[in-house]
Amino acid sequence: MQPKILAKNVNVAYGDRQTLFGIDLEIAPQKVTALIGPSGCGKTTFLRCLNRMNDLIPTCKVEGTITLDGQDIYDKSVDVEVLRRRIGMVFQKANPFPKSIYENVAYGPRIHGLAKTKADLDAIVEKSLRRAGLWDEVHDRLDSQGTGLSGGQQQRLCIARAIAIEPEVILMDEPCSALDPIATAKIEELMNELKQRYTIVIVTHSMQQAARVSDTTAFFHLGYLVETGATADMFTNPQDERTEAYITGRIG
Amino acid sequence: MTDTNKTSLTRESLPGLNRRYRAERRFHLVGKMAVAFSLAFLTFLIGSIVYQGIGAFFQTEVRLEVPQEMIAEHGDDGFTLLRQSMLHNLPDAKGRSARREAYKMAGEGSDIELLSAIADQQTQAAVVTVWIPVSDDIDMAYKSDFAPDMLGSFSDRQKGWLDTWVADDRLRMSFNTGFLVNGDSRDPERAGIGGALMGSIFTLVVCLVLSFVIGILAAIYLEEFAPKNKLTAFLEVNINNLATVPSIIFGLLGLAVFLNTFGLPRSSALVGGMVLSLMTLPTIIIASRVALQSVPPSIREAALGLGATHIQAVFHHVLPLALPGMLTGTILGMARALGETAPLLMIGMVAFIADPPSSFMDPTSALPVQVYLWADSPERAFAEKTSGAIIVLLLFLFVMNLTAIILRKKLEKKW
Repeated sequence: MQPKILAKNVNVAYGDRQTLFGIDLEIAPQKVTALIGPSGCGKTTFLRCLNRMNDLIPTCKVEGTITLDGQDIYDKSVDVEVLRRRIGMVFQKANPFPKSIYENVAYGPRIHGLAKTKADLDAIVEKSLRRAGLWDEVHDRLDSQGTGLSGGQQQRLCIARAIAIEPEVILMDEPCSALDPIATAKIEELMNELKQRYTIVIVTHSMQQAARVSDTTAFFHLGYLVETGATADMFTNPQDERTEAYITGRIG
Repeated sequence: MTDTNKTSLTRESLPGLNRRYRAERRFHLVGKMAVAFSLAFLTFLIGSIVYQGIGAFFQTEVRLEVPQEMIAEHGDDGFTLLRQSMLHNLPDAKGRSARREAYKMAGEGSDIELLSAIADQQTQAAVVTVWIPVSDDIDMAYKSDFAPDMLGSFSDRQKGWLDTWVADDRLRMSFNTGFLVNGDSRDPERAGIGGALMGSIFTLVVCLVLSFVIGILAAIYLEEFAPKNKLTAFLEVNINNLATVPSIIFGLLGLAVFLNTFGLPRSSALVGGMVLSLMTLPTIIIASRVALQSVPPSIREAALGLGATHIQAVFHHVLPLALPGMLTGTILGMARALGETAPLLMIGMVAFIADPPSSFMDPTSALPVQVYLWADSPERAFAEKTSGAIIVLLLFLFVMNLTAIILRKKLEKKW
């Protein structure tokens, strides 16, 4: 199967400090790929390279190639706005806009001109909230503030906002790190549904979460991609001793 | 150390605790005293200004009885009519010096009020009764309830006339609309702050438009788009330094550049506003940048992550959140501009200008300059006018701040 995203020999440095060394990774379509590893191992940095959010940091330098459907995303001809329209992102801390729930979801479709009429936009908002599993909880108060929801609801609102523009890939940067187990369970359940349509890359601290939701797992350590493989194999039969040490809790 | 009783929960059981509580009480007391002291000072300041200046909003008037035949004879000559009616209303005004003293009892320029009062009544009665302003000396004496030190400038004959006026109940106080609408005048009874008030409004409008638009755009560019290099850092340092430059320097700059190089009209609200906006720009830029920095970066990332362009992220999400903070900075700058005198002196706004301005290009005065001019005038009545002008200035400031607070509340509620 053709990989959705293919990273080849990716090196990343912030100024003089190199944080990623020669990363080679394939991300399969319609699958959940989990990036795990101890804090500071470069997994978030790698994730942010995939939709070029690192462009915002002036000192950040990315070398190597990353392709989306065979097309180099760091090519000069690539427009980052188009790229980010195809690769959406959900952040570690839920960051809804301080606007109404409706406006939060409608913003993306509006700036990209995805809805011609108000009815179209309403339909997109409803569909996105339904897919994010939030519709039943908020359909009667779409005008209230997105920031007034609970933490888990806010994070699902951010997921609804991300899928409203129909991306092909969703990057999730530790989406559950600030949530309680029930809200976490809801989001994990959601990920299982979302992978029918979208390719999902998730960074997580929790190995249990990676084991529960992902099809493929990649283990990062100190800037190197140590091991990658099917999640089930990785957790039962790690090839590298560092992976084994991490998943058994001896490092991290 | 005394031995600690581990089972007790009283304050005494922990050594040194009493001392800590005493220190806390001491601190509370000092803080309360500081607040009380500053409040007392403020009350004293505002109280004394209001006490001295409230009289400027009122004017003493005298009731004159003008016979119809006198109106028929001098109706087209207010000056003569006023003189004749003063003689008619004051007994025994015989001889040159008595006549001159009688004329001086009426306010300078009261002939205009006399004519308009007669025209308003349109009565054919044999004797028309009108109220006209008295001279500033009588005004001050009446307001002080004829305190002896206010009567020094009157002759015995005038004092006698005043006594009969009081006895006949011919004097009254009325609201002095002229003080709010008139322009400046050499005569205290005709001088008003209308011209200066209009001048200040015109000047502030120019200042607000220029400094708000330029300041906010500059802040957005510097904070969001400018590359972080040595040139930007250099600009930043200079903007911070500009905020501390004495305001008179900006006045000199305005004189050299706006008046002499560009040839803009001297004393005009346009030039005044431009000079003041030079002064407020650094304040607004600094406050706006702080407001932009305080918007959490996660909002920016959320918009960018959805494929918004940088400028969309800034204008759709960051700017609305930063706007209340920017408004606060702007109002602080405006309040400072409103009270600023020195730079306006340099561009000729200190000139004596009798008519309120009707456009941005007209020569005009401004409230603080008017206060400065009146405080310098020798007539006793101008002391009252000075305090009156300060009251108007303070009210203006109050209204401006109130507007800003309401605006800010509204914007914050929306988000």
